[in-house]
Amino acid sequence: MDAALLLDLYRQMCLCRRFEEAAAKAYSQGKIAGFLHLYIGQEAVAVGAISAVEESDYIVSTYREHAHYLARTRDARGAMAELYGKATGCSGGRGGSMHLYDAQKRFLGGWAIVGGHVPIAAGVAFAARYRDEPDVTLCFFGDGTANQGAFHEGLALAANWKLPVVFICENNQYAMGTPLYRTLSVEDVAVRARGYPMEAEIVNGDDVLEMREAVRQAAARARKDHLPFFIEAKTYRFRGHSVADPAKYRTKEEVQKWMERDPIQILAQRIRTLGIATDEQLTALDDAAKADVQDAVRFAEDSPFPAPETVGEYVYA
Amino acid sequence: MPEAGVQPEAESRVLSFREALREAMVEEMERDESIFLMGEEVGHYNGAYKVSEGMLERFGERRVIDTPIAETGFAGVGIGAAMVGLRPIIEFMTWNFSLVAYDQLVNNAAKLRYMANGQFTLPIVFRGPGGAAHALAAQHSQALESLYAHIPGLKCVVPSTPGDAKGLLKAAIRDDDPVCFFESETMYALKGPVPAGEHVIPLGVGDVKRPGVDLTLVTWGKMVHASLKAAEALAGEGIEAEVLDLRTIRPLDERAILDSVRRTHRCLVVQEGWPFAGVAAEVIALVAREAFDDLDAPPDRVTNLDVPMPYAKNLESLVLPSPERVAAAARRLLGRPEEATVPPRAARGR
Repeated sequence: MDAALLLDLYRQMCLCRRFEEAAAKAYSQGKIAGFLHLYIGQEAVAVGAISAVEESDYIVSTYREHAHYLARTRDARGAMAELYGKATGCSGGRGGSMHLYDAQKRFLGGWAIVGGHVPIAAGVAFAARYRDEPDVTLCFFGDGTANQGAFHEGLALAANWKLPVVFICENNQYAMGTPLYRTLSVEDVAVRARGYPMEAEIVNGDDVLEMREAVRQAAARARKDHLPFFIEAKTYRFRGHSVADPAKYRTKEEVQKWMERDPIQILAQRIRTLGIATDEQLTALDDAAKADVQDAVRFAEDSPFPAPETVGEYVYA
Repeated sequence: MPEAGVQPEAESRVLSFREALREAMVEEMERDESIFLMGEEVGHYNGAYKVSEGMLERFGERRVIDTPIAETGFAGVGIGAAMVGLRPIIEFMTWNFSLVAYDQLVNNAAKLRYMANGQFTLPIVFRGPGGAAHALAAQHSQALESLYAHIPGLKCVVPSTPGDAKGLLKAAIRDDDPVCFFESETMYALKGPVPAGEHVIPLGVGDVKRPGVDLTLVTWGKMVHASLKAAEALAGEGIEAEVLDLRTIRPLDERAILDSVRRTHRCLVVQEGWPFAGVAAEVIALVAREAFDDLDAPPDRVTNLDVPMPYAKNLESLVLPSPERVAAAARRLLGRPEEATVPPRAARGR
């Protein structure tokens, strides 16, 4: 087992967690506005998946995408400044929490209409095929997307045209406040993908190494065989749908049960068992992540808002 | 449908509207490998309205791509491909079917560049026929350009002649923004002069299709021809109507509208489609704000009746703006007595 890799994954997951805790705090202080959808509890999915592919591979995500952005760019400053609506944000303060972009690093959003980005991800993969380029596209979405028409059309076209895209369903059990069993006629979203047909695998989304390995294999096959793949990551969000949601539709016992399989603790335990690092060393990594986040918060607070005269820019090219 | 109101120039050929569109796509695709055509029946079927006839044979399945009936899916695929540097032409068999992809155009195509602070351009053309054809009833007869022109981030082009169709489509394909390009089933066979050689018409520039001094008919697309017919009839009564073809409704050629209205002092907008919150209302708001002191009569409009399209032929022709309705509204604007053929009050697009 690659010790440096495990420690890097650990630090990345800590960065995601600490970033979102700081964002929630800033939101409660009125420094961040709008919607804020936290990812806490799901970090293993984004970090495992994105660490498994090349930097030239494309990432397309949803409105719950802070961690995907951080895993690809490691740019806590740009993300936090964007949440603050500042000119130095990764989308210049025009996007906010739900619309993070970094074109150079091939992080393609940041889309906030459920399912609408699934065909877009297929289109990015289409472009790679069209130009005979090796790049694979990772498309993230939640379980609630599985009932949207755009989801089905995107998967159908990807299967029909053999597009190299890895669809990653983050099944955190709830579409906003509605549990999946009330809205999905099958137990696993993966069942639907297989009908297109598309190889679909169900993985433990709380285990960063299992996630990473599944995406590594899927991306390699997508790249080599020009085929889409589907991964359903079973996971859980510890917080509500957004910070405005107290999540009263879940029992304390249920939340407690899932928090016992905190993805960061699962990885920490593995690192300790393998003798790769001590508790002190892990704490130091977490402290470093906290310091990065504190730096990002300071950067965001010190940055200017977008200049009023720029409000009309970038509507058209 | 009459011939376009311009005479062929020496170096022009006479082409049909569909041939002109095809020529624009073929020339651009030969010039730029990143352009492809995607839509229902565009390839093996040679186009539902034969606009893309022969293009599959010419460019192959890689660049002329048949899709399943999945507008949300293939509109989104086009947007994704454009995000990373391709230049898709997405054909809607008709714009009526674009409504199931409305989310893709409005929430994704129109907003990406702004949301991402200019990190992306989105060079994509959505094109197909819009408006009424013949007795296609409520779900297949809609002129939807007002719906798309409402959205910042989208451009909207509605050509009226084969020559304009070619020049504007080439400009739309070269444009770095999403462009909605509205054609017409009933105009595909319309013939007219198309200049030979390189012919590109910049977006946002209107064209006076018939000069006049007594009032300005501001219009676009198929209604240019209804307006030209009305102008012809009015000329027999000593009324010289100017017909201004906007060609592009976003960006809007405000200067051309105001220049004309300031000369004629009267403005009548002729629009296929419903009156409520339509492009005609936007033009009238512009004229009222910017040229109020130049007006000798309140600006007015002739539009579809404010109803879904009925199937029965007699009702359909009542709903659509006709040269007779345009002429009657023009006479009203000039204080002339209206003819007895004027339709009911509700037909005036008020």
